[in-house]
Amino acid sequence: MNLVFALLGTRQYVTAERIRAIVPGYEPADGSDRADEAFKRMFERDKADLRELGVPLETGRTSVFDTEDGYRIARSEYELPEITLTGDEAAAVGLALRLWQSAQLGGAAQGALVKLRAAGVDVDGAGTLPLQPRLDGGEPAFDACYTAARDRRLLTFTYARPDEDTGVKRRVQPWGVVSWHGRWYLVGHDLDRDAPRVFRLSRISGTPRASGPPDAFTPPADLDLAAVVARQVGRPEHVVVLLARPGTAVGLRRRATDLGPDDAGDDRLELRTTEPWALADEIAAHGPDVLVESPPELRAAVVERLTRLAAS
Amino acid sequence: MTRLLALVPYLEARPDGVLMADAARDFGVGEAQLRRDLELLWVCGLPGHGPGDLVDLSFEGDRVRVTDTAGLVRPLRLATDEAVALVVALRALLELPGLAETDAVSRALLKVSAAAGEPADLAGAVTVSIDAREQTLAVVRQALEAGRALHLHYYVPSRDERTERTVDPMRLLLVEGHWYLEAWCRRVEGTRLFRLDRIDDLTVLDEPSAPPEQARPRDLDDGLYQPAEDQPLVRLRLDRSARWVADYFPVEEVVGVDDPPGGLSVAVRTGDPAWARRLVASLGGAARVEDPPELADQVRAAARAALARYSD
Repeated sequence: MNLVFALLGTRQYVTAERIRAIVPGYEPADGSDRADEAFKRMFERDKADLRELGVPLETGRTSVFDTEDGYRIARSEYELPEITLTGDEAAAVGLALRLWQSAQLGGAAQGALVKLRAAGVDVDGAGTLPLQPRLDGGEPAFDACYTAARDRRLLTFTYARPDEDTGVKRRVQPWGVVSWHGRWYLVGHDLDRDAPRVFRLSRISGTPRASGPPDAFTPPADLDLAAVVARQVGRPEHVVVLLARPGTAVGLRRRATDLGPDDAGDDRLELRTTEPWALADEIAAHGPDVLVESPPELRAAVVERLTRLAAS
Repeated sequence: MTRLLALVPYLEARPDGVLMADAARDFGVGEAQLRRDLELLWVCGLPGHGPGDLVDLSFEGDRVRVTDTAGLVRPLRLATDEAVALVVALRALLELPGLAETDAVSRALLKVSAAAGEPADLAGAVTVSIDAREQTLAVVRQALEAGRALHLHYYVPSRDERTERTVDPMRLLLVEGHWYLEAWCRRVEGTRLFRLDRIDDLTVLDEPSAPPEQARPRDLDDGLYQPAEDQPLVRLRLDRSARWVADYFPVEEVVGVDDPPGGLSVAVRTGDPAWARRLVASLGGAARVEDPPELADQVRAAARAALARYSD
């Protein structure tokens, strides 16, 4: 604490010896190696602690006549710039900070809240709305993937596609993590396949391991993570016409346009889908209540499912 | 340490002093901890430790005020994780116009990004894209804030039916990318979760929301589905391609089997035979019912009836 006060209060670089003399709490010099050693250890630890907190500790010499490096904290680099928020802006920030739950970003949100309050912004962290969001809940691999993407370090993990028994080791330059349609994905450059790849976080087994130095790669400049996931996971849209017995298929009707009854008295429903196989599963579950009129591929897919079910 | 560094600027920004209890709440600590922090600050300050060099606090009853900051007037800049937590969450709120005023969120985002500086650029490492029916979300939020009951139609996928209910809203939840309203349902006289995208024709009533004494929020740490112990078991044999069922639903007695190769035998607890029938049928033959036999018969019969209609 006192080290921050001392170094923030000076424009000159202060040498370690001088710090030892003026900042209380350090082992004073008594000529013994033991005392010198104790001071050195404590000073190194304090410097590491401050850098860990994000305190911009600078090293340098005030003049060319100085014989050793000193330390200082540049006030302009240390201080949070002026920020004033109106009532509704502060409410938005308070709500936003409640969206996180993971150890990493949940803790960071709390830290940000404390700093904003210290800057004089009255942020209501509890809010009046009874709300329990879990934007990043329940994904054990989240913290490791996020941290590696932030630091741009190589990430190694075991990944199993759902139709695979055992996972395969993947080496990836992580570009970022994306929540898309309620599921978390890691997007990055797969080194072994030498191509961009998308990984479902829930299919990563164990904790991913970051290795090598930070800033080891640069993600593409115009990167849009959500678009990468949508391209790999999302598919083109199909227009589908179904025949449903009156009073059935309540769920399908919620997303369909009713085209009116056909000659046999069934309702013709028009639907759009990007996931025709999931829709085929859903239609098969309706049994004789819902038939596919078009397209023929979907009709064939449903008949194939029904044939398997009939024979099971 | 982060707290101690923030405490002086926090008090400096509130020249009239702060109630100890309020300050403790703002920092997320107990009042005893806050007192210890303040005592520690009392002896911190600039080298020399003369008058004017030390942090000076004044206590008036339950209020505390800073009279000398020893140069520590602003909080530390936002750390990378703090900036990411804040910027990403605000961007997510922009996609949820029903939850906060878009205009206020945009303004807050601009100000926060400016104050965060460089670390805010790293927010690209996390992207959140959420689906929400903004209209439903806005109405639910309005009811929660005003403490009013809601009337709604709810689609129940397991039975493929539309139900009409009056509910007493308790809280909003965001779980795995979907919004839920937790409320006391007057029709079934129990606490229920309503997924927002399954709600239709939502109206805020004039009468107050009054969940009865026995209405308890559910603990979601064990997942959304919490089958009762006394519900009957349905035993399924899953193909490799249907193994995801074991990840998605709470299953018991999971055993790997060789027939089909790479398959799984699992037991699902459910009180709803219609749900089990739909699940098996929607798997299109990739799951076989081992028990109860009548469920297998029903699935087969429905599939045969559907095939008969296709061949007409």
